Amino acid sequence: MFTELNSILNTSPDSFTQGDFILVSGRQSDASFLIHHFLSFYLRARCKVCFLGLVQSFSHYSAVCQRLGVSLAQAKEKRQLVFLEGLQEGLSVFIPQDDTTGNKALSFLRDPMVGLQNLYEFVRSSVSSPGGGEEGSDGSEQWGPPVLLVDDLSVLLSLGVSARAVLDFSHYCRASLCSQLQGNVVMLLHCEEEEEEDDGDDEGSERLLKGLIHQCCLALHVQGLPTGYCRDIHGQVEVCWRRRQGDGQHTQNKVFQYKVHDKGASFFARGTSSAVL
Amino acid sequence: MAAPVNSVVNSSAKCSSFNATSFQKKTRSRLISIPGTRPSVQNGQLLVSTGVTSLDYLLGGGLAVGTVLLIEEDRYDSYSRMILKYFLAEGVVCRHELFVASAQHTPDDILQELPSPILDDVAIHKPVEQPRLSHEPQDSLDAMKIAWRYQNLPKVQTALASSSRFGHYYDVSKMMEAEIREAAKCHRFYLPEHPTQSSPTHSPMLESYSALLKSLRDVIQREGFEVTAPMSKSRNILRIGLHSLGSTLWGDDLCCHDNPRHGHALTTFLYGLRALLRSSLSVAVVTVPSHLIQNRALMGRITRLCDNAIALESFKGSEREANPLYKDYHGLLHVRQVPHLNCLASQLPDHKDLAFKLKRKQFSIERLHLPPDLSETVSRVSRGELAGTAMVGSACGSGTSGNKHLDF
Repeated sequence: MFTELNSILNTSPDSFTQGDFILVSGRQSDASFLIHHFLSFYLRARCKVCFLGLVQSFSHYSAVCQRLGVSLAQAKEKRQLVFLEGLQEGLSVFIPQDDTTGNKALSFLRDPMVGLQNLYEFVRSSVSSPGGGEEGSDGSEQWGPPVLLVDDLSVLLSLGVSARAVLDFSHYCRASLCSQLQGNVVMLLHCEEEEEEDDGDDEGSERLLKGLIHQCCLALHVQGLPTGYCRDIHGQVEVCWRRRQGDGQHTQNKVFQYKVHDKGASFFARGTSSAVL
Repeated sequence: MAAPVNSVVNSSAKCSSFNATSFQKKTRSRLISIPGTRPSVQNGQLLVSTGVTSLDYLLGGGLAVGTVLLIEEDRYDSYSRMILKYFLAEGVVCRHELFVASAQHTPDDILQELPSPILDDVAIHKPVEQPRLSHEPQDSLDAMKIAWRYQNLPKVQTALASSSRFGHYYDVSKMMEAEIREAAKCHRFYLPEHPTQSSPTHSPMLESYSALLKSLRDVIQREGFEVTAPMSKSRNILRIGLHSLGSTLWGDDLCCHDNPRHGHALTTFLYGLRALLRSSLSVAVVTVPSHLIQNRALMGRITRLCDNAIALESFKGSEREANPLYKDYHGLLHVRQVPHLNCLASQLPDHKDLAFKLKRKQFSIERLHLPPDLSETVSRVSRGELAGTAMVGSACGSGTSGNKHLDF
């Protein structure tokens, strides 16, 4: 959990808005440090978290969250966290052993044309499992609203899933988690720099990005500095609120620069980096 | 990945570092240290050497076990193949097991060309030239009068090297002797030997890639490289070298079309490779002919799925060969990606403008550094072709080749 980011977004583990769909995107920069922030934030806020970790192993996430002060193994044991490890489960789908079909949620790996419905069913079942709802049937604790974190969507595009299927998946997740269950959804997307649009082909992270920006309430866009590579400032974050107020859409943009270090990330206004002042 | 390796081998890694101080832990646990590896000083990852010491320095001390290094080939595949051979030769010398896969040359051809190690190099290792600090006694002549603010900056150190040695040196003009080479266990995968049976799957991965993935998984399981394998036998590292993936000889049309039909074959394979590596004690070097791939977004996705990525651009055959500024070097090296494994921040390289040269006894990667050009008759034509690299030391009037006749 990055305290400066909490003050920028005006949230804290004790009070945060529910029903939010947060999009974290990065263009040619790695925005995955923000996913670690949200993971530790929602675990500290005692929410029931479903984390689709498709890119790295469980031990990577758990090592990083250890430095941020949260233990993933403990959360998993207490059933606060449901973790889908894409790499490990995916391997048994790619190379089936002894007629076991592997995890059903990742069946899109075998045939991407099928879409992400099984993945959605997995998410739905994990956030509405008995550990998160009723109180104390087997002594389990009661957790707060459900949260879905996805790291990341662009690897789904690399594996052959079409952008339309990913948009459908995000829409279903938003409908069930944000509207019905009053929880939050955070998704990470990484875009490449594309010169021209892919026409005739359904794939394209640009299309996916535009669709997701339209659906989200809060967009965090990570980019490199426009002036080039710098060791002390790793890039800039553009925070865009799209709250739906009673009097219509209200958008507000702010730009910050950031630097990632071992135990967190520091955010500062443009030009006020400690290396410069 | 590396954290499970860390937990399994962490105690052994600590043991190996303690051996240096002759402190022996008096425990009865079977701690085994793997030869040819060392823990990283930054985050305790287990590292292996790539065979090229300056590349080890660039990657943060070495290649972490469980990761993939992607090398974007240069135009004639000479230097990328050289780095692959260094990597395999280092594996032979460290007694790791090898796995070589190729579609174009038989793996035996690649293995026969491995450079010969210089094994008696430990005694004659020359220490790295340290930059002279300005408060040394004989420095009074060097005291700056005008640019005195630059007095305390260290002299630019172009060679990339760290103080501790890790890895070996090789003599490129000699081939590795057969008995050293045959002492290493090597698994081969030559694509024409695996006839592709078209199975009715809708998976985007091609049959050639899935056969390769299956073969890799079989080797890892059979030889016991998995992290969860029993600790009774001695552990070793598997070095995987995959030559020219994505080329048409693998059945892939990435290099032929802008919108390839099998656009997701290589990315799906790389995802499966990452899954295999994260759960085993192995490390992979993959070369891809990226100069043939026109779709930059696809190349970006391929890079994202590998942990480390470098690109080689050789001067052979291009107009830069005649450029006097590049006369000492054979090509440029671009670092496309560095990983952040088990930590938030990645170790970004200090300098982005790097050039390499292949000498007989060393493949060296150096920072491309131009000293300030103080001659009066400077030729601005050659400066204009630098295209933005190495602007560190160049004068302020460079880059505008149209102002040839203006003299400030």
